[in-house]
Amino acid sequence: MTLAWAQLGYLAAAVCFIVALKGLSSPKTARRGNLIGAAGAVLACVIVFLVSDLNHLLPILAAIAAGTAIGVLGAYRVQMTQMPQLVALFNGVGGGAAAIVAIIELAELAEGSAPVFDLIATAFTIVVGSISFAGSIVTFLKLQELMTTRPIVFAGYPILYALGLLAAAGFSVGLVVVPSLLFAVLLAAVGAGLGVLLVLPVGGADVPIVISLLNAFTGLTVAASGYLLGNILLLVAGTLVGSAGTLLTRLMAVAMGRSVINILFGALKGGSTLGATTISDRPVKSAGPSDVAILLAYAQRVIIVPGYGLAVAQAQHTLRQLVDLLIERGIEVDYAIHPVAGRMPGHMNVLLAEAQVPYEQLKEMDEIDGEFKQADVVLVVGANDVVNPAAETTPGAPIYGMPILHANQARQVVFMKRSMRPGFAGIENELLYEPSTTLLFGDAKDTMSKLLAELKALTV
Amino acid sequence: MNTATEPIIWLTIFVLAVFVGVEVISKVSSTLHTPLMSGANAIHGVILIGAILVAGAAQSTPILVLGLIAVILASINMVGGFVVTDRMLVMFSRPRRSLEKQERRELDR
Repeated sequence: MTLAWAQLGYLAAAVCFIVALKGLSSPKTARRGNLIGAAGAVLACVIVFLVSDLNHLLPILAAIAAGTAIGVLGAYRVQMTQMPQLVALFNGVGGGAAAIVAIIELAELAEGSAPVFDLIATAFTIVVGSISFAGSIVTFLKLQELMTTRPIVFAGYPILYALGLLAAAGFSVGLVVVPSLLFAVLLAAVGAGLGVLLVLPVGGADVPIVISLLNAFTGLTVAASGYLLGNILLLVAGTLVGSAGTLLTRLMAVAMGRSVINILFGALKGGSTLGATTISDRPVKSAGPSDVAILLAYAQRVIIVPGYGLAVAQAQHTLRQLVDLLIERGIEVDYAIHPVAGRMPGHMNVLLAEAQVPYEQLKEMDEIDGEFKQADVVLVVGANDVVNPAAETTPGAPIYGMPILHANQARQVVFMKRSMRPGFAGIENELLYEPSTTLLFGDAKDTMSKLLAELKALTV
Repeated sequence: MNTATEPIIWLTIFVLAVFVGVEVISKVSSTLHTPLMSGANAIHGVILIGAILVAGAAQSTPILVLGLIAVILASINMVGGFVVTDRMLVMFSRPRRSLEKQERRELDR
């Protein structure tokens, strides 16, 4: 039996986690919330070392040091644009750790007569932990564009999926009846396969939702291993993340106008056959930086629609200077932030905050969408899918149903683009061919600097 | 306490924690979805405790090695998770003036 004061310490850590989640849901308290969560985690680790009779202390401390070094290095090295895939990796290794813990526990349980509930929790942790691990690796590969971002479905996919689920159920029953390592390893393998199958049919733009779902999965495996180890803190912390993560997944999906089921299995219905990665040769109207500078200088109301391409080109600082200059000249400028601008909900806010864009200039979609009608110029920088009218006009398009920013209602639309390549969702944007649209080709940072210089030279 | 009620107690804690988890983030704005996900991700890194416990109780070398791998993975999850979340959130709160100064300094050079 664990000591009473240690149990109280675990309770304190659990409260820290609840306060952390609460803090993280409001901009003012978010940072403090995260730090409180970290404090809870450290407290919990200290308690474990103080009260448990641990062997192999040195190797364990060395392993913690190694993991800490890798984690900190990864967290500091990562570009903010690549953050979603880093979170996916962190989540995956957490799931993997839970699965390993369960396998080791089974090796111990196998020697005596284990209670049925313990064995069920073991089977659950191994399967779901492996799903989370393998699934997260695939999401990483997709976001890093090491593999295609388009949904992958093949003939026989549903059958393979069904077989995988059956095998998982079968091996789980097997493990409960005969607690042997063989079943544990088989379960881990089947889980990994299911994880890969789960993520393959998900299109690139939807991948962040899946990260959130896998995050919730890992939470539940941690809860189950808490039961297995008789550790209440793991149960509470894991359950909190599991339920909060599930709700967050739903909220993210709602922000994108999608349903979770549709994201996971939509491609199976053949819905995403539309779309092309080919470059169209239809005529478009393009202009140079000097023409666009004049457009901007004589506007009264300008709305900026930033997208992931802006951050990839590291042009957000130059963009901010441009906006500052326009505001100085009495032009009303706002940023229209689509919920999924960037790679996932809230990502663009992080990227623009990094460039010191004042919080008040960032307008959420509901707030600003009605104002496009009054806008003289809409400047779309490195975004594409979030202003694509196909989301409303083309049933069957991968983004159909996603709420969009109605940039097409503005008097003039200027697209800053590198090329005519379609956006992340892989579909063509009709807005590019509208008579009111002008294209400004080039690297976003380079073009933005030229635009800024032209604008400075213009005296209105 | 008899043995039959113990799983019920665990179930009770589980169910209550589910409701707390849902309630506590129900009012989050979409601006914070990304940091919240990252922070929640860091919290489930407490599986580190489980990893430490099984590694510390290991009786054979293969089990110990496996346990240590779990410890490494869990520490990456926990420490990396909290640090990257903090990096994200610092950007929301950093005052604007400091950057303007920095830019002026760069221009002076």
